[in-house]
Amino acid sequence: MKIAFSTEGESLESLLDTRFGRCPRFLVWNFETNSFTLVDNSQNLQATQGAGIQSAQNVINTGAEALVTGHCGPKAFKVLQAAGIPIYVAESLPIRELIDSFEKGTLLQLKEADVEGHW
Amino acid sequence: MKIAIASGKGGTGKTSLAVALLHANAERARLLDCDVEEPNCHLFLSHTVIGHKAVELLIPQVNPNLCKLCGKCVEACQFNAIAIAGNQVMIFNELCHSCGGCARICPHGAIQEFPVKIGELSQSRCKNEAELLTGTLEIGHASAPAVIKAAKKALPLQDVPFTLIDSPPGTACTFVAAVEDSDFVFLVTEATPFGLNDLKLAVEALLNMELPFAIIVNRIQSETNLITDYANQQGFPIWLQIPEDRHIAETYARGGNLLDVKPELKKVLRELLDRCQP
Ligand code: SF4
Ligand code: SF4
Repeated sequence: MKIAFSTEGESLESLLDTRFGRCPRFLVWNFETNSFTLVDNSQNLQATQGAGIQSAQNVINTGAEALVTGHCGPKAFKVLQAAGIPIYVAESLPIRELIDSFEKGTLLQLKEADVEGHW
Repeated sequence: MKIAIASGKGGTGKTSLAVALLHANAERARLLDCDVEEPNCHLFLSHTVIGHKAVELLIPQVNPNLCKLCGKCVEACQFNAIAIAGNQVMIFNELCHSCGGCARICPHGAIQEFPVKIGELSQSRCKNEAELLTGTLEIGHASAPAVIKAAKKALPLQDVPFTLIDSPPGTACTFVAAVEDSDFVFLVTEATPFGLNDLKLAVEALLNMELPFAIIVNRIQSETNLITDYANQQGFPIWLQIPEDRHIAETYARGGNLLDVKPELKKVLRELLDRCQP
Protein backbone atom coordinates (compact mmCIF):
# COMPACT_ATOMS: atom_id res chain seq x y z
CA MET A 1 0.00 0.00 0.00
CA LYS A 2 1.12 3.53 -0.81
CA ILE A 3 0.27 6.70 1.08
CA ALA A 4 0.89 10.31 0.01
CA PHE A 5 2.00 13.19 2.25
CA SER A 6 1.96 16.87 1.23
CA THR A 7 5.37 18.37 1.96
CA GLU A 8 7.91 21.05 1.17
CA GLY A 9 10.81 18.76 1.99
CA GLU A 10 12.39 15.70 0.43
CA SER A 11 12.99 13.26 3.26
CA LEU A 12 11.19 11.40 6.03
CA GLU A 13 12.39 14.06 8.48
CA SER A 14 10.62 16.75 6.45
CA LEU A 15 7.51 18.32 7.88
CA LEU A 16 4.02 17.80 6.55
CA ASP A 17 2.90 20.83 4.52
CA THR A 18 -0.59 21.57 5.81
CA ARG A 19 -1.60 23.17 2.52
CA PHE A 20 -2.91 20.64 0.07
CA GLY A 21 -3.51 22.51 -3.20
CA ARG A 22 -0.37 24.58 -2.96
CA CYS A 23 2.16 22.15 -1.52
CA PRO A 24 5.25 21.87 -3.75
CA ARG A 25 5.39 18.07 -3.74
CA PHE A 26 4.09 14.81 -2.36
CA LEU A 27 6.16 12.20 -0.62
CA VAL A 28 4.67 8.80 -1.41
CA TRP A 29 5.54 6.13 1.13
CA ASN A 30 5.37 2.50 0.06
CA PHE A 31 4.65 0.11 2.92
CA GLU A 32 5.67 -2.96 0.93
CA THR A 33 9.16 -1.78 0.06
CA ASN A 34 9.65 0.63 2.99
CA SER A 35 10.82 3.30 0.58
CA PHE A 36 9.43 6.48 -0.86
CA THR A 37 9.25 8.50 -4.05
CA LEU A 38 8.79 12.25 -4.51
CA VAL A 39 6.14 13.60 -6.86
CA ASP A 40 6.26 17.17 -8.07
CA ASN A 41 3.20 19.35 -7.52
CA SER A 42 4.86 22.71 -8.14
CA GLN A 43 2.88 23.60 -11.26
CA ASN A 44 0.06 24.32 -8.85
CA LEU A 45 1.93 27.01 -6.94
CA GLN A 46 1.14 29.41 -9.77
CA ALA A 47 -2.34 28.17 -10.64
CA THR A 48 -4.96 30.90 -10.40
CA GLN A 49 -7.71 28.38 -9.82
CA GLY A 50 -8.33 24.68 -9.42
CA ALA A 51 -5.05 23.97 -7.59
CA GLY A 52 -6.84 21.58 -5.24
CA ILE A 53 -8.35 19.64 -8.14
CA GLN A 54 -5.00 19.24 -9.84
CA SER A 55 -3.28 18.27 -6.59
CA ALA A 56 -5.96 15.64 -6.12
CA GLN A 57 -5.32 14.44 -9.67
CA ASN A 58 -1.59 14.21 -8.94
CA VAL A 59 -2.24 12.17 -5.81
CA ILE A 60 -4.51 9.82 -7.75
CA ASN A 61 -1.85 9.42 -10.44
CA THR A 62 0.72 8.31 -7.84
CA GLY A 63 -1.42 5.29 -7.08
CA ALA A 64 -1.59 6.23 -3.40
CA GLU A 65 -4.46 4.70 -1.46
CA ALA A 66 -4.57 7.38 1.22
CA LEU A 67 -3.55 10.99 1.64
CA VAL A 68 -2.22 12.80 4.70
CA THR A 69 -2.37 16.60 4.60
CA GLY A 70 -3.48 19.58 6.70
CA HIS A 71 -6.65 20.84 5.09
CA CYS A 72 -8.75 20.01 2.08
CA GLY A 73 -11.22 22.13 0.10
CA PRO A 74 -14.56 20.94 -1.25
CA LYS A 75 -13.57 20.32 -4.89
CA ALA A 76 -10.42 18.36 -4.08
CA PHE A 77 -12.41 16.43 -1.51
CA LYS A 78 -14.96 15.47 -4.15
CA VAL A 79 -12.27 14.29 -6.57
CA LEU A 80 -10.45 12.21 -3.95
CA GLN A 81 -13.71 10.77 -2.72
CA ALA A 82 -14.64 9.72 -6.25
CA ALA A 83 -11.28 8.00 -6.48
CA GLY A 84 -11.88 6.25 -3.15
CA ILE A 85 -8.87 7.87 -1.48
CA PRO A 86 -9.43 8.66 2.19
CA ILE A 87 -7.94 11.91 3.52
CA TYR A 88 -6.26 12.08 6.92
CA VAL A 89 -5.40 15.37 8.54
CA ALA A 90 -2.49 16.14 10.80
CA GLU A 91 -0.34 18.93 12.16
CA SER A 92 2.91 19.95 10.55
CA LEU A 93 4.96 17.07 12.00
CA PRO A 94 7.88 15.05 10.54
CA ILE A 95 6.57 12.55 8.02
CA ARG A 96 8.35 9.67 9.79
CA GLU A 97 6.16 10.24 12.87
CA LEU A 98 3.04 10.48 10.75
CA ILE A 99 3.76 7.13 9.09
CA ASP A 100 3.86 5.66 12.61
CA SER A 101 0.60 7.31 13.57
CA PHE A 102 -0.99 6.06 10.36
CA GLU A 103 0.04 2.49 11.17
CA LYS A 104 -1.28 2.84 14.70
CA GLY A 105 -4.51 4.20 13.29
CA THR A 106 -4.39 7.42 15.31
CA LEU A 107 -4.70 9.88 12.43
CA LEU A 108 -7.95 11.73 12.04
CA GLN A 109 -9.91 10.98 8.88
CA LEU A 110 -11.64 13.90 7.21
CA LYS A 111 -15.32 13.23 6.56
CA GLU A 112 -15.99 16.42 4.64
CA ALA A 113 -14.05 19.37 3.25
CA ASP A 114 -12.77 21.54 6.10
CA VAL A 115 -11.92 24.73 4.23
CA GLU A 116 -13.43 26.78 1.45
CA GLY A 117 -11.69 26.80 -1.95
CA HIS A 118 -8.46 28.67 -2.82
CA TRP A 119 -6.03 26.41 -0.99
CA MET B 1 -17.50 56.69 -26.19
CA LYS B 2 -17.52 54.31 -23.22
CA ILE B 3 -17.20 55.75 -19.73
CA ALA B 4 -16.91 53.38 -16.78
CA ILE B 5 -18.01 54.44 -13.31
CA ALA B 6 -16.01 52.40 -10.85
CA SER B 7 -15.07 52.29 -7.22
CA GLY B 8 -12.49 50.39 -5.18
CA LYS B 9 -15.23 49.28 -2.79
CA GLY B 10 -18.99 49.19 -2.44
CA GLY B 11 -21.09 51.88 -0.79
CA THR B 12 -19.30 54.93 -2.17
CA GLY B 13 -22.31 56.22 -4.06
CA LYS B 14 -21.07 54.91 -7.39
CA THR B 15 -24.52 53.75 -8.51
CA SER B 16 -26.15 57.05 -7.49
CA LEU B 17 -23.61 58.91 -9.54
CA ALA B 18 -24.15 56.65 -12.55
CA VAL B 19 -27.90 57.20 -12.31
CA ALA B 20 -27.50 60.97 -11.93
CA LEU B 21 -25.16 61.05 -14.93
CA LEU B 22 -27.80 59.28 -16.98
CA HIS B 23 -30.50 61.72 -15.86
CA ALA B 24 -28.36 64.73 -16.67
CA ASN B 25 -27.46 63.35 -20.09
CA ALA B 26 -30.65 61.48 -20.92
CA GLU B 27 -30.77 62.37 -24.61
CA ARG B 28 -27.18 61.44 -25.31
CA ALA B 29 -26.28 58.54 -23.01
CA ARG B 30 -27.23 54.96 -22.13
CA LEU B 31 -26.40 53.12 -18.94
CA LEU B 32 -25.16 49.54 -18.61
CA ASP B 33 -25.49 48.13 -15.12
CA CYS B 34 -22.52 45.76 -15.07
CA ASP B 35 -22.52 45.22 -11.32
CA VAL B 36 -23.94 41.84 -12.29
CA GLU B 37 -23.80 40.20 -8.88
CA GLU B 38 -25.98 42.94 -7.43
CA PRO B 39 -27.37 45.21 -10.13
CA ASN B 40 -29.40 48.02 -8.59
CA CYS B 41 -29.50 50.99 -10.98
CA HIS B 42 -33.02 49.93 -11.98
CA LEU B 43 -34.23 50.68 -8.45
CA PHE B 44 -33.48 54.36 -8.99
CA LEU B 45 -34.84 54.76 -12.53
CA SER B 46 -38.48 54.48 -13.51
CA HIS B 47 -38.40 52.34 -16.59
CA THR B 48 -40.26 49.88 -18.78
CA VAL B 49 -38.59 46.58 -19.59
CA ILE B 50 -38.47 45.99 -23.34
CA GLY B 51 -36.76 42.65 -23.61
CA HIS B 52 -34.76 39.91 -21.94
CA LYS B 53 -31.98 37.77 -23.30
CA ALA B 54 -30.25 34.83 -21.69
CA VAL B 55 -26.46 34.85 -21.45
CA GLU B 56 -25.23 31.34 -22.11
CA LEU B 57 -21.90 29.61 -22.01
CA LEU B 58 -21.00 26.30 -23.59
CA ILE B 59 -20.15 23.82 -20.88
CA PRO B 60 -18.64 20.45 -21.78
CA GLN B 61 -20.20 17.15 -20.81
CA VAL B 62 -18.58 13.75 -21.05
CA ASN B 63 -20.34 10.75 -22.52
CA PRO B 64 -19.10 7.92 -20.28
CA ASN B 65 -19.86 5.33 -22.99
CA LEU B 66 -17.33 6.88 -25.37
CA CYS B 67 -14.74 8.03 -22.83
CA LYS B 68 -11.61 5.87 -22.60
CA LEU B 69 -10.26 7.72 -19.54
CA CYS B 70 -7.14 8.68 -21.50
CA GLY B 71 -6.64 11.90 -19.53
CA LYS B 72 -6.02 14.16 -22.54
CA CYS B 73 -8.80 16.54 -21.50
CA VAL B 74 -7.35 16.91 -17.99
CA GLU B 75 -4.00 17.92 -19.46
CA ALA B 76 -5.62 20.27 -21.95
CA CYS B 77 -7.67 22.26 -19.46
CA GLN B 78 -5.67 25.32 -18.47
CA PHE B 79 -8.23 26.19 -15.85
CA ASN B 80 -7.85 22.97 -13.85
CA ALA B 81 -11.54 22.30 -14.20
CA ILE B 82 -11.25 18.59 -15.01
CA ALA B 83 -10.07 15.56 -13.09
CA ILE B 84 -10.26 11.82 -13.59
CA ALA B 85 -11.13 9.94 -10.45
CA GLY B 86 -12.26 6.36 -10.12
CA ASN B 87 -13.78 5.56 -13.47
CA GLN B 88 -15.17 8.95 -14.31
CA VAL B 89 -14.20 12.32 -15.74
CA MET B 90 -15.30 15.11 -13.39
CA ILE B 91 -15.83 18.57 -14.84
CA PHE B 92 -16.25 21.46 -12.43
CA ASN B 93 -18.63 23.80 -14.26
CA GLU B 94 -17.94 26.69 -11.96
CA LEU B 95 -14.26 26.68 -12.98
CA CYS B 96 -14.89 26.13 -16.69
CA HIS B 97 -14.20 29.10 -18.96
CA SER B 98 -15.87 27.56 -22.00
CA CYS B 99 -12.70 27.59 -24.04
CA GLY B 100 -13.71 24.43 -25.91
CA GLY B 101 -10.21 22.98 -25.53
CA CYS B 102 -11.25 19.68 -23.97
CA ALA B 103 -13.88 18.91 -26.61
CA ARG B 104 -11.38 19.63 -29.39
CA ILE B 105 -8.64 17.48 -27.94
CA CYS B 106 -10.69 14.42 -26.95
CA PRO B 107 -9.51 11.65 -29.31
CA HIS B 108 -12.70 9.64 -28.83
CA GLY B 109 -15.29 12.34 -29.41
CA ALA B 110 -16.59 11.79 -25.91
CA ILE B 111 -17.01 15.47 -25.01
CA GLN B 112 -19.93 17.49 -26.23
CA GLU B 113 -20.69 21.09 -25.30
CA PHE B 114 -24.10 22.25 -24.16
CA PRO B 115 -25.32 25.79 -23.59
CA VAL B 116 -25.92 26.58 -19.93
CA LYS B 117 -27.61 29.79 -18.86
CA ILE B 118 -25.31 31.76 -16.59
CA GLY B 119 -27.08 35.09 -16.55
CA GLU B 120 -29.48 37.45 -18.20
CA LEU B 121 -29.56 40.85 -19.88
CA SER B 122 -32.63 42.99 -19.61
CA GLN B 123 -33.11 46.07 -21.71
CA SER B 124 -35.35 48.93 -20.53
CA ARG B 125 -36.40 52.37 -21.62
CA CYS B 126 -36.42 54.87 -18.80
CA LYS B 127 -39.09 57.54 -18.33
CA ASN B 128 -36.55 60.08 -19.58
CA GLU B 129 -36.21 57.98 -22.80
CA ALA B 130 -32.68 56.85 -22.02
CA GLU B 131 -31.75 53.17 -22.21
CA LEU B 132 -30.89 51.09 -19.18
CA LEU B 133 -29.36 47.66 -19.77
CA THR B 134 -29.05 45.42 -16.73
CA GLY B 135 -26.79 42.37 -16.58
CA THR B 136 -27.60 39.81 -13.89
CA LEU B 137 -25.52 36.78 -13.00
CA GLU B 138 -27.39 33.61 -12.05
CA ILE B 139 -26.65 32.74 -8.47
CA GLY B 140 -23.96 30.09 -8.09
CA HIS B 141 -22.12 30.83 -11.31
CA ALA B 142 -18.59 32.12 -11.28
CA SER B 143 -18.56 33.52 -14.79
CA ALA B 144 -19.53 37.12 -13.96
CA PRO B 145 -17.05 38.48 -16.53
CA ALA B 146 -18.92 36.66 -19.30
CA VAL B 147 -22.17 38.40 -18.36
CA ILE B 148 -20.39 41.76 -18.20
CA LYS B 149 -18.88 41.21 -21.64
CA ALA B 150 -22.29 40.25 -23.04
CA ALA B 151 -23.82 43.42 -21.59
CA LYS B 152 -21.11 45.51 -23.21
CA LYS B 153 -21.68 43.81 -26.57
CA ALA B 154 -25.50 44.13 -26.56
CA LEU B 155 -26.99 46.23 -29.35
CA PRO B 156 -28.11 49.65 -28.08
CA LEU B 157 -31.79 50.63 -28.20
CA GLN B 158 -30.74 53.78 -29.96
CA ASP B 159 -27.38 55.09 -30.99
CA VAL B 160 -26.11 57.65 -28.53
CA PRO B 161 -22.63 59.13 -28.15
CA PHE B 162 -22.04 58.03 -24.54
CA THR B 163 -22.29 54.57 -22.98
CA LEU B 164 -22.00 54.67 -19.19
CA ILE B 165 -20.89 51.50 -17.44
CA ASP B 166 -21.70 51.01 -13.78
CA SER B 167 -18.86 48.66 -12.81
CA PRO B 168 -18.67 46.13 -9.98
CA PRO B 169 -16.86 47.36 -6.86
CA GLY B 170 -13.39 46.11 -6.05
CA THR B 171 -10.48 45.44 -8.38
CA ALA B 172 -11.02 41.76 -9.21
CA CYS B 173 -11.65 40.20 -12.61
CA THR B 174 -15.21 41.58 -12.75
CA PHE B 175 -13.89 45.11 -12.34
CA VAL B 176 -11.37 44.48 -15.10
CA ALA B 177 -14.03 43.06 -17.43
CA ALA B 178 -16.23 46.13 -16.86
CA VAL B 179 -13.62 48.87 -17.25
CA GLU B 180 -11.39 47.32 -19.93
CA ASP B 181 -11.63 48.93 -23.34
CA SER B 182 -13.53 51.93 -21.96
CA ASP B 183 -12.33 55.35 -23.06
CA PHE B 184 -12.44 56.92 -19.65
CA VAL B 185 -13.06 55.91 -16.04
CA PHE B 186 -14.60 57.85 -13.16
CA LEU B 187 -13.34 56.54 -9.86
CA VAL B 188 -15.84 57.28 -7.12
CA THR B 189 -14.56 57.36 -3.56
CA GLU B 190 -15.22 58.71 -0.10
CA ALA B 191 -12.98 60.92 1.99
CA THR B 192 -12.28 58.27 4.59
CA PRO B 193 -9.16 56.19 5.27
CA PHE B 194 -10.91 53.10 3.88
CA GLY B 195 -12.00 55.07 0.84
CA LEU B 196 -8.44 56.21 0.24
CA ASN B 197 -7.04 52.72 0.64
CA ASP B 198 -9.46 51.22 -1.89
CA LEU B 199 -9.00 54.17 -4.21
CA LYS B 200 -5.28 53.49 -4.31
CA LEU B 201 -5.88 49.87 -5.33
CA ALA B 202 -8.29 50.95 -8.07
CA VAL B 203 -5.87 53.62 -9.31
CA GLU B 204 -3.09 51.06 -9.46
CA ALA B 205 -5.28 48.70 -11.50
CA LEU B 206 -6.20 51.48 -13.94
CA LEU B 207 -2.61 52.61 -14.32
CA ASN B 208 -1.67 49.01 -15.16
CA MET B 209 -4.39 48.92 -17.76
CA GLU B 210 -3.30 52.33 -19.05
CA LEU B 211 -6.80 53.75 -18.78
CA PRO B 212 -7.34 57.50 -18.32
CA PHE B 213 -9.36 58.38 -15.22
CA ALA B 214 -10.59 61.16 -12.97
CA ILE B 215 -11.56 60.95 -9.31
CA ILE B 216 -14.95 61.92 -7.90
CA VAL B 217 -15.14 62.34 -4.14
CA ASN B 218 -18.48 61.73 -2.51
CA ARG B 219 -19.84 62.90 0.85
CA ILE B 220 -17.06 65.36 1.67
CA GLN B 221 -17.08 67.37 4.90
CA SER B 222 -14.50 69.83 3.62
CA GLU B 223 -13.03 70.94 0.30
CA THR B 224 -9.62 69.73 1.38
CA ASN B 225 -9.53 66.18 2.65
CA LEU B 226 -7.33 63.12 2.57
CA ILE B 227 -8.37 62.29 -1.00
CA THR B 228 -7.50 65.76 -2.31
CA ASP B 229 -4.16 65.56 -0.48
CA TYR B 230 -3.39 62.21 -2.11
CA ALA B 231 -4.55 63.28 -5.58
CA ASN B 232 -2.57 66.55 -5.50
CA GLN B 233 0.53 64.79 -4.34
CA GLN B 234 0.26 62.16 -7.10
CA GLY B 235 -0.97 64.56 -9.77
CA PHE B 236 -4.30 62.76 -10.31
CA PRO B 237 -7.28 64.88 -11.39
CA ILE B 238 -10.35 65.33 -9.16
CA TRP B 239 -13.28 66.42 -11.26
CA LEU B 240 -16.06 66.63 -8.74
CA GLN B 241 -16.58 66.73 -5.00
CA ILE B 242 -20.08 66.17 -3.63
CA PRO B 243 -20.72 67.47 -0.12
CA GLU B 244 -22.24 65.29 2.59
CA ASP B 245 -25.93 66.08 2.70
CA ARG B 246 -28.61 64.44 4.78
CA HIS B 247 -31.23 65.25 2.13
CA ILE B 248 -29.36 63.23 -0.47
CA ALA B 249 -29.51 60.06 1.60
CA GLU B 250 -33.21 60.63 2.31
CA THR B 251 -33.91 61.11 -1.37
CA TYR B 252 -32.13 57.87 -2.29
CA ALA B 253 -34.13 56.06 0.34
CA ARG B 254 -37.27 57.21 -1.47
CA GLY B 255 -35.89 56.05 -4.82
CA GLY B 256 -35.06 59.60 -5.91
CA ASN B 257 -31.77 60.74 -7.35
CA LEU B 258 -29.03 63.25 -6.80
CA LEU B 259 -30.50 65.78 -9.23
CA ASP B 260 -33.77 65.92 -7.29
CA VAL B 261 -31.82 67.40 -4.37
CA LYS B 262 -29.18 69.30 -6.30
CA PRO B 263 -30.57 70.35 -9.67
CA GLU B 264 -27.60 72.67 -10.05
CA LEU B 265 -25.42 69.57 -10.53
CA LYS B 266 -27.00 68.88 -13.90
CA LYS B 267 -24.71 71.31 -15.70
CA VAL B 268 -21.64 69.85 -13.96
CA LEU B 269 -22.67 66.29 -14.78
CA ARG B 270 -23.06 67.21 -18.45
CA GLU B 271 -19.65 68.85 -18.46
CA LEU B 272 -18.14 65.73 -16.91
CA LEU B 273 -18.95 63.74 -20.04
CA ASP B 274 -17.74 66.50 -22.36
CA ARG B 275 -14.44 66.61 -20.51
CA CYS B 276 -13.81 62.91 -21.18
CA GLN B 277 -13.48 63.56 -24.87
CA PRO B 278 -9.85 63.70 -25.88
S1 SF4 C 1 -10.03 13.18 -23.55
FE1 SF4 C 1 -12.00 12.20 -24.01
S2 SF4 C 1 -11.60 10.01 -23.83
FE2 SF4 C 1 -9.87 11.06 -22.89
S3 SF4 C 1 -10.45 11.17 -20.71
FE3 SF4 C 1 -11.16 13.07 -21.63
S4 SF4 C 1 -13.25 12.64 -22.23
FE4 SF4 C 1 -12.33 10.67 -21.85
S1 SF4 D 1 -14.08 24.04 -22.01
FE1 SF4 D 1 -11.98 24.72 -21.56
S2 SF4 D 1 -12.12 25.49 -19.45
FE2 SF4 D 1 -13.96 24.26 -19.77
S3 SF4 D 1 -13.38 22.25 -19.02
FE3 SF4 D 1 -12.97 22.25 -21.25
S4 SF4 D 1 -10.81 22.82 -21.40
FE4 SF4 D 1 -11.46 23.35 -19.33
